[in-house]
Amino acid sequence: MDKISRSAAEAVADIPDGATVMIGGFGGSGAPIELIHALIDQGARDLIVINNNAGNGHVGIAALIEQKRVARMICSFPRSADPVVFKEAYLAGEIELELVPQGTLAERIRAGGAGIPAFYTPTSFGTELAEGKPVEVFDGRSYVQERWLKADFALIKAEEADPHGNLTFRMAARNFNPVMATAAAVTIVQTTRLVPLGAIDPEQVVTPGIFVDRVVEIAEPAQEEELNRAGAVYP
Amino acid sequence: MSQDIESLKLSNAQIAWRAAQDIEDGAYVNLGIGFPEMVAKFQPEGRQAIFHTENGVLDFGEAPPLGEEDWDCINAGKKAITIKPGTAFFHHADSFAMVRGGHLDVAILGAYQVAQNGDLANWSTGKGGVPAVGGAMDLVHGARRVAVLTDHVTKKGEPKLVAECTMPLTGVGCVTHIYTSLAVVEVVDGGFVLREAVPGLSFDELQALTGAPLRAGNPVVPLICPEELK
Repeated sequence: MDKISRSAAEAVADIPDGATVMIGGFGGSGAPIELIHALIDQGARDLIVINNNAGNGHVGIAALIEQKRVARMICSFPRSADPVVFKEAYLAGEIELELVPQGTLAERIRAGGAGIPAFYTPTSFGTELAEGKPVEVFDGRSYVQERWLKADFALIKAEEADPHGNLTFRMAARNFNPVMATAAAVTIVQTTRLVPLGAIDPEQVVTPGIFVDRVVEIAEPAQEEELNRAGAVYP
Repeated sequence: MSQDIESLKLSNAQIAWRAAQDIEDGAYVNLGIGFPEMVAKFQPEGRQAIFHTENGVLDFGEAPPLGEEDWDCINAGKKAITIKPGTAFFHHADSFAMVRGGHLDVAILGAYQVAQNGDLANWSTGKGGVPAVGGAMDLVHGARRVAVLTDHVTKKGEPKLVAECTMPLTGVGCVTHIYTSLAVVEVVDGGFVLREAVPGLSFDELQALTGAPLRAGNPVVPLICPEELK
């Protein structure tokens, strides 16, 4: 068994128009920039993108939006230090937004990965984000029904990966990555270090390889924050 | 508003200092982005709170010096933080299990409006633009104590403590404590109870700046903060 792809381009080659794509990261930390840029190069359009944010500056998800590849964004916080790309597309009506509270977003993805079609949470009860959703009372308190969230593909950034797809993450770059890895039909990982089987202590594996389909090594990944400070624009 | 009342107002640093005095040793605390982040600086001597940030870090250290940022190590405001002995990293579903599972002792947030029943509006002015909610709607239901830091009135002098929120709600009946530029107020049984007020301000003057009835606590204590933070 070998899940290794030779390049980011090869890893994302079969993502079709209209696909739902989860993209890991919180702001720039844990954002799989090289996979996102390979997806831009590949040309898929009308994507539904799930991420905590909606891009910053003109690289990564912001570049994907700027190239008009995203039809709909599902996220909790579509603002950033430089949110102009999403903001302009949204205000021009070129992109749809499904705004989801951050914990509900994480739990919907977790539920998707765990085969749980719906769950109840107090989050958003009584607010406009709960409009149209079923409400139930449990032990005297009101809860909103939320549905699972699944994707066709997940783009994930890991620190170490082995050929079976066992993963570790670096610091707060973990964020949504391990959760999203469980909730996509095809999970594609860019890893900073591809290591042999046995090199990752089994006690330290965060995402077991069963959740991972493809691994590509990107040895010196770009950091979104640093690209933006340098005024980078992709492509 | 009269010049007199303006001069009585606490600074943001003083409001944050006051909120910090109510955080117990060992408490698990989430501080909202911006103004509430200041609370961390004012922990009383001998007490150690453990801070949580939504993107998956517990017990982090201060901001690194400029130029030494590691952008994989940030807080929910996307600002660089540092690790220290005791730091833990975890993924987003675990992070919000901490929040939504009721494991946090205190969440401290900013506010546009707080209603007398504890309703909070702090995520959208409802005036268009790009809406963004982040973790606010989760935090208000997750912590045992949900505290708000805010100016007592808006820049136009309108009350921010109101009978009913007119802006989009973040949560229903969720706020327990309010630290303002003029007072400390608790939400008790659907109403505002005044616990502390800045010296020189009468109950009636404070009531006039508040959009719903205040009940005087027993006692109402002078709200005194370090002058050097003014």
